[in-house]
Amino acid sequence: MEQRGPDPAAASPRRRRLTGLACLVVLLAAGAVLSLVIGARALSPAEVWQGLFGDPGTDQRLVEITLIVQTLRVPRTVLAVVAGLALGVAGAVIQGHTRNPIADTGLLGVNAGASFAVVLAVHLFGLQNPLQYMWFAFLGAAASGVVVFGLSSLGRGAGNPLTLVLAGQGVTIFLTAMTGAVALSDKQALDVLRFFNAGSVQGVGWDVIIVASVFVAIGLFLAALNLPAINLLNLGDDVARGLGVNIALGRTVGVLAVTLLAGAATAACGPIAFLGLMVAHVARWLTGPDYRFLVPFAGVLGAVVLLFGDMVGRLAVRPAELQAGIVISLVGAPFVAALVWLGKFRQA
Amino acid sequence: MSTRMHPGVRVGRWSWVWRPWIALVTLLLAAATFLVFCVSISVGDFTIELGAVFRTLVGQGERVDEFVIFDLRLPRALVGLIAGVALGISGALTQSVARNPLASPDVLGITSGASATAVFVVTAGGGAALGGSLGLPAAALLGGLLTGLLVYFLAWKKGIDGFRLILVGVSVNAAMQALTTWLLALADIRDVARAQAWLVGSLNARSWTEVWTSLWLMTALVLVVLFVAFQLRPMHFGDDVAAGLGVRYGAVRAVLLLCAVLLAGVAVSAAGPVPFVALVGPQIAMRLLRSPVPPLVASGLFGALLLIGSDLVARVVLPNDLPVGIVTAVIGGPFLVYLLVRANVKRAA
Repeated sequence: MEQRGPDPAAASPRRRRLTGLACLVVLLAAGAVLSLVIGARALSPAEVWQGLFGDPGTDQRLVEITLIVQTLRVPRTVLAVVAGLALGVAGAVIQGHTRNPIADTGLLGVNAGASFAVVLAVHLFGLQNPLQYMWFAFLGAAASGVVVFGLSSLGRGAGNPLTLVLAGQGVTIFLTAMTGAVALSDKQALDVLRFFNAGSVQGVGWDVIIVASVFVAIGLFLAALNLPAINLLNLGDDVARGLGVNIALGRTVGVLAVTLLAGAATAACGPIAFLGLMVAHVARWLTGPDYRFLVPFAGVLGAVVLLFGDMVGRLAVRPAELQAGIVISLVGAPFVAALVWLGKFRQA
Repeated sequence: MSTRMHPGVRVGRWSWVWRPWIALVTLLLAAATFLVFCVSISVGDFTIELGAVFRTLVGQGERVDEFVIFDLRLPRALVGLIAGVALGISGALTQSVARNPLASPDVLGITSGASATAVFVVTAGGGAALGGSLGLPAAALLGGLLTGLLVYFLAWKKGIDGFRLILVGVSVNAAMQALTTWLLALADIRDVARAQAWLVGSLNARSWTEVWTSLWLMTALVLVVLFVAFQLRPMHFGDDVAAGLGVRYGAVRAVLLLCAVLLAGVAVSAAGPVPFVALVGPQIAMRLLRSPVPPLVASGLFGALLLIGSDLVARVVLPNDLPVGIVTAVIGGPFLVYLLVRANVKRAA
């Protein structure tokens, strides 16, 4: 609601934030259009339009364009938006809940858990279809995420970035070795693993995208419900309790939302690290600490970054492709180093 | 000198405190390492009894035993010994410099940097072109060194601080893993299988060339480390105290970190990125010695004991020739959890 008081300055941050969010959504739309146009075979916008809505008829060229647009470009664009949104929101929410600026769903064992579960599923049950093993990825991601966050929030180490990072790193090294052991004794599992691990939005079928989108939608709904509670929980548990927040409920809903979002995104496109971490920091820089704005900003930013990361990957090493997850990691590592350098992380 | 204190020993310019417990445990560790080393040589498809192993090692053995031991088993055991010592000392150094028990070369990204270049060599099919069996170890060493330097410079801000070093190391680690993944996704599946076997860390099929190169490199580095290590102890009190005690901590830290990186690189190039040895070795050695800081010599010995012992377990217990890295991961993972939980509980107390 617009505030109409004697002090117009109080209303301006909100208007500025809404304008910023609108700008980001426009950027996202532009990115989505570009993503349909750019690729191994460049298409003009008119051709894309034709491929989307036109009747190909019997023209060989038009049939080909329709095929490219509808079975390759549209699914990967949709998946990039859905997964980016999910990872961005998950990153911001988990940072809010842990009050830990280095919390990132990808960096902290979630990815290694998903990879391990996928390899195990392929090895034990001989699964070949991504729709089947994505459930295992989901379970693995959720389980390892809960273990890492549980481990690092024992005692009073909870607010310390170092504890969280090291717990995540330890679980990652352990699970990576176990994944390697399974992959070594099963070539089929190894082959599935190396493509799953790259973190790509390419070549994922509609069936997987739809299942993931349902989970992401539920996760986004829970995250939205959770936003006011995060703001209050950030004041400290005691203050939040005094202000009438049900702490156990707030934390449970938050963790559930993050698990659904990160699990679904990881299951659909493989491990993507750093995305949630990066966009949460940029969103905080843009909006300030109010999570009601920070989280939507982070979500839209996540979608924008994943879309553009995917496009960069398509163009960088033509005719081959660099998977989006790898592009994001190569950008993310210097980004985190810069944050460290600027003193954004403090030792508790 | 009061009688309650440990007596001091002075030889020329060098002086140190004589601590019987530390000397005793270190000797026992050395003996245990030698024993496991011999058992590792004796066990295999064709078992040689321990007595024959000793006789053969001192040159009194039979022809058959000599062939099996010198041509097949000794290189493997020696590479395990060298890599274990290098990893143990490397871990002790990084843990001391970062002043954090969990800061090992695996966590700081050095091992995964070495892995990335090694996988590049394997998958690019350049293994033969780059000089046969020497290409891969050299690439791994170079990759480890470059990654170590990268982490060092990214974490540099008016000096090096353990906290920054770890966070930067972890992010560089993730980037290097992404690179490795990309290389694997591009490559031919046969090369991928070969790279994956290397990536878990293995002592299978080692030759004397690997033994000699890694032995010389490790010995040289360990000598440098032991020479500089006299300056290391005051640094555990923090930079200000160290400076007050006359330690040029910037230079000492740079030299020791460089040695740690190179030692980890030597180990990885010889045995692959065996996980957790560099983390667990120094921490257990520290507890055995009741020392407040990771002890260098004992860390190296325990690292070797751990690596050779794990290799023995992998060969005897595990099916179809699974590499040693699996065993060290199974040991190291729970140990890391223990360290974390303990650190947190202590913080809360």
